Amino acid sequence: MELTEQRNLVHKTRDARRSISFPKLSPAERDSLIKKYHPDHRAHAYRPIIFGPNAGQLTVTEVATLLEGESPVPADLDLTPDYSVDVLVVGGGGAGCASALHAHAQGANVLLATKLRLGDSNSVMAQGGMQIAVASDDSPVQHFLDTLKGGHMKNDHQLLKVMVEEGPSIAKWLLELGVLFDRDADGNLHVKKGGGSSKARLLTCSDYTGLEIMRVLKDEVLNQKIPLLEFVAAVELLSDAKGACTGAVLKDLDNNRFIVVAAKTVIMATGGIGRLHIQGFPTSNHFGATGDALVLAYRLGVPLVQIDTFQYHPSGGVYPEQLVGALVTEGIRSEGGHLVNAKGERFVNELDTRDVVSSSIIRECEEGRGIRTPSGRVGVWLDTPLLDVEHGPGTLDKHFPAMVRQYERYQVDIRKDPVLIYPTLHYQNGGVKIDVNGETPVANLFVAGEASGGLHGRNRLMGNSLLDLMVFGKRTGILAAERAKSLPNSSLTLDHLKRFRAEAKRHQVSAGVISPMVLPAYTNK
Amino acid sequence: MPDTLDKKHTLNQEEILQPKMVTVEIEGKPFQVPAGITLIKALWYAGQDVIRGVGCLGGFCGACATYYRTKDDPKVKTCLACSMAVEDGMSFSFMPAFPARKATYNLLELKDPKQDLFALYPEAPLCRNCNACTEACPQNIDVREGVWKAVFGDFKTVSEMFMDCVMCGLCAPVCIADIAPNLVALYASRAQGVHFTEKPEGLSKRIEEISDGRFQQEWDRILKLSDEELQNTTASTT
Repeated sequence: MELTEQRNLVHKTRDARRSISFPKLSPAERDSLIKKYHPDHRAHAYRPIIFGPNAGQLTVTEVATLLEGESPVPADLDLTPDYSVDVLVVGGGGAGCASALHAHAQGANVLLATKLRLGDSNSVMAQGGMQIAVASDDSPVQHFLDTLKGGHMKNDHQLLKVMVEEGPSIAKWLLELGVLFDRDADGNLHVKKGGGSSKARLLTCSDYTGLEIMRVLKDEVLNQKIPLLEFVAAVELLSDAKGACTGAVLKDLDNNRFIVVAAKTVIMATGGIGRLHIQGFPTSNHFGATGDALVLAYRLGVPLVQIDTFQYHPSGGVYPEQLVGALVTEGIRSEGGHLVNAKGERFVNELDTRDVVSSSIIRECEEGRGIRTPSGRVGVWLDTPLLDVEHGPGTLDKHFPAMVRQYERYQVDIRKDPVLIYPTLHYQNGGVKIDVNGETPVANLFVAGEASGGLHGRNRLMGNSLLDLMVFGKRTGILAAERAKSLPNSSLTLDHLKRFRAEAKRHQVSAGVISPMVLPAYTNK
Repeated sequence: MPDTLDKKHTLNQEEILQPKMVTVEIEGKPFQVPAGITLIKALWYAGQDVIRGVGCLGGFCGACATYYRTKDDPKVKTCLACSMAVEDGMSFSFMPAFPARKATYNLLELKDPKQDLFALYPEAPLCRNCNACTEACPQNIDVREGVWKAVFGDFKTVSEMFMDCVMCGLCAPVCIADIAPNLVALYASRAQGVHFTEKPEGLSKRIEEISDGRFQQEWDRILKLSDEELQNTTASTT
């Protein structure tokens, strides 16, 4: 059947679908659906990590290979520092900017290094919003419970409690910096409903929440004149005789030179792993999402947590080809957009958690109820025109200008026609082990944001990532700066790397893979 | 099932396996690339490493600001290279990093932000209405109008108009008055938020409630529960 014909079925069935409601699945139903269809449960994609702090534990092959990879830093590198600072922040996204600003505000001498430009990150793309329990009928406790249920009860309670309780003060901080959140008529912050949440709790800046926050944070980093190294990637950490973190080896991507930074404390805020294309999935992530902090922390002896679970966002583009993997915001479903299969039927409560919705889309496609694109991909419909029908003409223009524009570039009018979607690799649920201050088990090494693990359990709720970045950016920034005041300068060594290399040799691991990956190899050679 | 997945990253996609090729000029040099791929993918296909010029790949970060021209059309247009498809005869180049001046300021310390604009960006009122900035904007923002709104102190409208701004900076090199409109708009938007937007009462109340320990009882109750009990409980809001 032609795509146009298939599309017409969505138009034809729209009215009938509006009267149907789908209950959310019970915990038992969720579990069985996920076990059967979620990519986290495809055993062939996983293997045990051979050595290091997580030896014997399962993760996807793509991650295991990088963790066991070879450092690009030669053992005899001259470690005379090019920079000597209190706090080194690696990463220029939401968590990196927040931690740099807070550390700077404490009076610390901060250096921020990022492998692309300041602000190039997944944060800038966050469209759905930021969950903070500000509404009068809501509470941080309910935010905690919703997140826990969404995460299959596997979230670290302490980390989660800290995040939900500090949420409101983060909103205040961002407002004081000039972030323009959507408001209600009475001046209060407007809240929207998100998948898996029992209350409307999403603060938004239309569908540009991440962009607005990042424009402001970047501008403030520049206003505060925080020293910045752009197009400079971290490729190894440094340690002293006691094994504490004392700095990092960076690599300037413009001239390929190593840069040695002595830092009393290091905050890694390098984000997630989408560009590893786990299990061959397309990704919604930015160009630099290659899991660098996982690799660097692991070589320094830091364990990772829940590194076997990833989020496949239900709505990645599948058509047109230029938008394959690109995110279609969950906001469309939050405002009532239906998911529709090739038979013109709904098949899931669209506001169930992301892992449930993704699993059900995969089920529809595997069981032959998907829609095939001209280039052979398969997906299901997301009925965007329904929003204008439900809430009045102009709703899409007003609430989803970014998405309207994104599709218009390829002559698809989402006001008139539904779009085709399929799950896309979106988020690393686990990550580097941290405590409530974002500190890892290795002294003076902090991790903030998506690179860290434990907070989100086995599935992150929409809108909890932006909050995670801001809360743990703040906590790491403040503590790292405080810590630096009382720390003497320590030695810079690659002793941990020596130990790591010896272990690799003992386990006969020599895949010839250099890690961190830094940037994906898309160039046709 | 596997046919829905990218087997080997992006290059092994169907559109690349299709035989239909087009000729494009990248920085003046012709290459054969598959029809319909994005400008960024065309660069990768042509064997070029790109570090400066790739960011979010989703049309939000402005890293891939690009000048392009279609076949036989003298008009040089602008786009984001991650969000534009190649067509036969197209010619394109990345915009080099443009050294626009950003003013630095402490927003909280500003006494009269609408007047302070003229000290921070004295070039802002010198707009000569040529409209080149508006034509250069890949986000279809009426940039020229926005600059004037900022100059006349209508920061609220500026903040609304520029919510779509990805800070690609394509508006700056074309300005004959040396204005960087995106930076002017960013200043105006932030000042609007800091100085001219009311404080949300509900938020202050919630922050107070938390510091007063209003939720402590609820925390004490739920943190004792087993996973199964947690699964079935909701928080009291009274």
